[in-house]
Amino acid sequence: MTDSKPVEPAAATTTASAAGPRVALLVTCLVDLFRPPVGFAALRLLEQAGCAVTVPEAQTCCGQPAFNSGDRATATRQARFMVEALAAEAVDYVVAPSGSCAEMIRAHYPALLANDRAMAGRARVLADKTHELTSFLVDVLGWTGIAARLEATATYHDTCSGLRGLGVREQPRRLLGQVEGLSVRELSAPEECCGFGGTFCVKYPDISGRMVGDKADDVVASGADLVLGGDMGCLLNIAGMLKRRGSAVQARHVAEVLAGMAEETPAIGEGPKSAPG
Amino acid sequence: MHVTSRAFKENVRGAVTDPNLRQSLATMKTGFRANRAKAVAALPEFEALRDAGKAIKDHALAHLDYYLERFEERVVAAGGHVHWARDGDEACRAVLDICRAHAARVVTKGKSMVAEEIALNQALEAAGIQPVETDLGEYIIQLRQELPSHIIAPAIHVRKHQVADSFRAHHRQFPADRPLEEPRDLLDEARVVLRDRFLSADVGITGANLLIAETGSTIIVTNEGNGDLTQLLPRVHIVVTSIEKVVPTLEDAATVLRLLARSATGQLMSSYTTLSTGPRRPDDPDGPEHFHVVLLDNGRSRMLGSEFRDALRCIRCAACINHCPVYGAIGGHAYGSVYPGPIGSVITPALASLEEAAGLPNASTLCGRCEAVCPMRIPLPRMLRNWREHEFARHLAPARVRWGLRIWSLAARRPALYRMGSGVTARLLMWLGGRRGRLSWAPMASAWTRVRDLPAPPPGGTFMTRFRTMQGQRRSRR
Ligand code: SF4
Repeated sequence: MTDSKPVEPAAATTTASAAGPRVALLVTCLVDLFRPPVGFAALRLLEQAGCAVTVPEAQTCCGQPAFNSGDRATATRQARFMVEALAAEAVDYVVAPSGSCAEMIRAHYPALLANDRAMAGRARVLADKTHELTSFLVDVLGWTGIAARLEATATYHDTCSGLRGLGVREQPRRLLGQVEGLSVRELSAPEECCGFGGTFCVKYPDISGRMVGDKADDVVASGADLVLGGDMGCLLNIAGMLKRRGSAVQARHVAEVLAGMAEETPAIGEGPKSAPG
Repeated sequence: MHVTSRAFKENVRGAVTDPNLRQSLATMKTGFRANRAKAVAALPEFEALRDAGKAIKDHALAHLDYYLERFEERVVAAGGHVHWARDGDEACRAVLDICRAHAARVVTKGKSMVAEEIALNQALEAAGIQPVETDLGEYIIQLRQELPSHIIAPAIHVRKHQVADSFRAHHRQFPADRPLEEPRDLLDEARVVLRDRFLSADVGITGANLLIAETGSTIIVTNEGNGDLTQLLPRVHIVVTSIEKVVPTLEDAATVLRLLARSATGQLMSSYTTLSTGPRRPDDPDGPEHFHVVLLDNGRSRMLGSEFRDALRCIRCAACINHCPVYGAIGGHAYGSVYPGPIGSVITPALASLEEAAGLPNASTLCGRCEAVCPMRIPLPRMLRNWREHEFARHLAPARVRWGLRIWSLAARRPALYRMGSGVTARLLMWLGGRRGRLSWAPMASAWTRVRDLPAPPPGGTFMTRFRTMQGQRRSRR
């Protein structure tokens, strides 16, 4: 930590103040663009759990598109940028509604910036403070205050980076168990990759299509009317396949349900017209 | 090493629409995966066993030259010969020289991935020597003139009725109307056919799962017992293997074998574990008169000094392949290499060249399941990414990708520009999505929309825009 000076969150905007832990929300680029309600659901959950949440304004994307394409130089530049943008020194935690982005920061930023004298320490600080949303609520806060209701049968897709990179498996299920009216039915292969894989899904659409086709089959076979997950990439993929097939099964980010916001926005890939009812 | 991975994309297209292949792969997923899971659950110390196995191989690799020389000494002391082969050509030549010296016309073969790697059958045939595969799976694909599609179940892509068709076409000596519906019928017929070959072979060739430095022994594991007959009956036994297979002691080998069977098939031990130490001694009841070991390098010593070193711990159990969702979608042949799946995508570029195999390291979602099940804790996703980095550095990645990343990177470090771009994109997608909330076709995203719809963002703009508006309202209310 020799080179890390506490940095003021230059342009962070703050929600209602509370005495609890200070949390910076890493919105993630996919939530920002494709599913803003997930960001608001995360905000609500964190505030319900007693956190003072800020949304660092300069944040963009964690850099996975470059990192997983083999462009290490660009990924390193992006990591450096995000370490500055998230200014973790000024908060207690950084939380993302995504296992994939949280894992990128936790597992890979310290290595990417290891040789950068000015940034290595700060990258480690950020990595240590960064958590995926459901595991933050359960493992770090031990919070059990879910106040949501939804009459539905849901199934849960374990997203790869969250599951294998961060050990996110029981946490979302435990929280979903507190949602009134909701029952959860397991997939036959909840841990099987859905075939998103970042740029993989557009580099190899045939393989990706086969994989997400199998996932859609599994979702439909579960008999659930709602499929949940913790990563927007996977959810866009699964929802896209379900909708292409004309399935009525809805897809949502788990945070939407946990925050009691599932009825405020049409499901992923559905418009006001295709929403049931 | 001969690879056809350049045609990966075309191969994939055929594979994903092949109904027979789909059936076979579905059986594989339920079979291999469930069996491994059961075996692992039944052994509380499995994780500790993994650590022990990894440590054994790491130690052997750190002193590879030492242990290989000890191994050679012991083989020679037992009356055998060791042939060092830098590449596939040298290895094939060593085998052919031995065969010629013994005037061999027919050789039987146990299952050996190294023999597949160096295309030994082709070399033998070209020299007028007939290779006969004795592992049932290898025998089937030899009849069908195919390459293996899986490293422990070479004919996993072949359905039962297809095997029956091949047998009827090749085994003309039997009545045409014999029943071949049951696996048992097929097995029995193969047995009868192969029995003759075992007895007529001049040379038997096997691979090795492990080499033991302290004893000079080679080990094979099989479930059919064909390996024993291959190496005991002919006058000459040739072991075709590679340098990373050596472990220091018999004890070490036992540890690795416990991991191997559980990870591969969920067995506690394979049905047959056979050790060979030199040729037959005067008081031995059986065994070959001559014993040769061909030790292949073929790029492995180069890997030793690179970031791909960890892949040399591989014991070819196929757990990573059995759990790979990409392999599960396309099968083994599409890879265009005798080593498919995650481990294949890591070692094929090293054993052949990155130019020939550049598609392979990219054909992964990096889901991490391979590393999670690998008994040797090989960081396969990390190495797939390493290959992508080499590819990027050597400008093998398509220009489209490079430019895309460059533009993305410029914007991603300029928040104002980035917000403008995402704002425009959000509005465009929302507009195109219309009241359906999704797009069946999108500009620049046809690779996405060819197989699935693209969900559109809901109305209201990006999160950052909305959040800022909300903040402004909160503030002005105060
Ligand atoms: S990489 Fe690991 S899991 Fe794959 S074959 Fe080798 S040892 Fe088995």
